[in-house]
Amino acid sequence: MSESPKLSASSGLASASIAEAPAPTSPHPSSRSSIPHSSVSLRVNGTRYALTLDTRTSLLDALREHLHLTGTKKGCDHGHCGACTVLVNGTRINACLSLAAMHDADEILTIEGLGTPDDLHPMQAAFLRHDAFQCGYCTPGQICSAVAILDEIERGVPSHATGDLTARMEASHSELRERMSGNICRCGAYSNIQAAIAEIVGGAA
Amino acid sequence: MRPFTYERAASPAAAIAAVTATPGAKFIAGGTNLLDLMKFEIETPTHLVDVRSLPLATIEDTEEGGLRIGALVTNTDLASHPRVKRDYGVLSRAIVAGATGQLRNKASVGGNLLQRNRCPYFYNTAVPCNKREPGSGCSAIGGVSRSLAVIGTSELCIAQNPGDMAVALRVLDARIEAMNAAGKTRTIPIAEFFRLPDFTPAVEFALRPGELITAVTLPPPIGGSHHYHKVRDRASYAFAIVSVAAVLHEDGTGRVAFGGVAPRPWRVERAEAELPQGSEAVVAAAFDGAKPTQDNAFKIPLAERALALVIAEGRG
Ligand SMILES: Cc1cc2nc3c(=O)[nH]c(=O)nc-3n(C[C@H](O)[C@H](O)[C@H](O)COP(=O)(O)OP(=O)(O)OC[C@H]3O[C@@H](n4cnc5c(N)ncnc54)[C@H](O)[C@@H]3O)c2cc1C
Ligand code: SF4
Ligand code: FES
Ligand code: FES
Repeated sequence: MSESPKLSASSGLASASIAEAPAPTSPHPSSRSSIPHSSVSLRVNGTRYALTLDTRTSLLDALREHLHLTGTKKGCDHGHCGACTVLVNGTRINACLSLAAMHDADEILTIEGLGTPDDLHPMQAAFLRHDAFQCGYCTPGQICSAVAILDEIERGVPSHATGDLTARMEASHSELRERMSGNICRCGAYSNIQAAIAEIVGGAA
Repeated sequence: MRPFTYERAASPAAAIAAVTATPGAKFIAGGTNLLDLMKFEIETPTHLVDVRSLPLATIEDTEEGGLRIGALVTNTDLASHPRVKRDYGVLSRAIVAGATGQLRNKASVGGNLLQRNRCPYFYNTAVPCNKREPGSGCSAIGGVSRSLAVIGTSELCIAQNPGDMAVALRVLDARIEAMNAAGKTRTIPIAEFFRLPDFTPAVEFALRPGELITAVTLPPPIGGSHHYHKVRDRASYAFAIVSVAAVLHEDGTGRVAFGGVAPRPWRVERAEAELPQGSEAVVAAAFDGAKPTQDNAFKIPLAERALALVIAEGRG
């Protein structure tokens, strides 16, 4: 196990200040000297972490196992389920299908940075209000995707549900459903997830 | 996953030099296909050359009025580009019919073209597969082949190309620019980019070792109505069983290519000349000589119905 980094309480996005956090490195570097490592500087939720990682480390494992930001979940580890969805430079990706080393200098936002229990992001609050989960395992990924898709609609990113490609994109129910299709929920909380996102859309309109 | 060393390339020339100089090295762009296959140890590169910082992520107008799309443009950015949405709608539609929003944000144009096949036996390292291990045999022939190709196959491999974007690029007559270690760029028409399996199913692309895709170019727009219809096992987020990319003109002529049915996007110019005669005539000509298995023979009538739907859509 690697040493736990000290997470500053102010690592939320709203109060993001770039702080240098201690670098939890590989615990037994000498015993693994034959395994290639690389140095990575990850900026997660406004905090910069200097890490030395086995090159094979996915962004997901770096977040969970090295930075102990366990809000981001591992479902399939193969890009199928969306439990590992995080925002990188403002767009959502699957953290399991990316190497930590590929994110040197990128700005990463996880569910922990989106909001805190005392200062919830409106989407987090909407998920709570609509009971948009059962076991909660897919929820961080669902919320990160939900936040990102509203921005994608705003930016005119089309989806399979889009009618006229050149018209202004609408956050209709079919658009929301299609755009959320990369986030699987084994508990089948889809209808409440849909309601939570629709409420935010309605509030924003 | 096997250990590997990693570097971020500073220039296209440096990236190509690194891959050429290191045995077992590969480029990595989005990583959404390569890392997946590395986790299964189907791909086992010893060295990864990350190309994402290279200046190949722009979309520019060409002098002839077409588009030059950098190899590192993400699938999302390509589908969202105003000119692509306006003039090459079939391309936007094909891209967003594939994968998920998260994956499309990460996936690059070059990597999408080079995604490997989705034959279930290719993914199962416990069984023979001529693509994975040349000479070991093909488990799909005589096995479960529902999703696989019906035409363009060989005695050694019946896998289909699984991509959506490439089917649209095929109807648009895209060209692929690739740079080699000598710094020379050559252009490969998309019709020649995907190799049929013949006797060498492990060789899937016309790219030579060490060549880096730098861009994809599109000729000037051809007008018409643009369609991509994908038939899959779920309403969203699944690979194509059959797909149809088409550009249709008011006089009934047009272009059409099929996805999910062959080792490459399947476009037969002689067949598309039958468009004014309707979907049955087109499909009869396009699938002339098909060798479906018992499991996937349904794909041919399905292709016909999908095309009929697209033609009806085109008539408005
Ligand atoms: C769950 C899931 C569902 C999917 N569903 C679909 C779908 O429905 N339809 C569909 O079409 N696709 C689908 N895909 C595949 C997806 O489109 C590809 O994974 C993606 O396009 C690959 O792009 P990339 O940049 O991530 O490639 P990478 O994984 O980085 O690279 C793929 C290959 O290309 C090589 N390469 C990359 N860039 C270059 C370059 N510039 N020059 C030379 N070589 C290069 C790499 O060495 C590697 O061999 C799915 C993928 C997943 C994981
Ligand atoms: S069809 Fe091709 S990919 Fe599938 S098992 Fe046979 S050789 Fe391998
Ligand atoms: S854990 Fe990344 S998509 Fe399932
Ligand atoms: S709430 Fe349990 S998986 Fe979605």
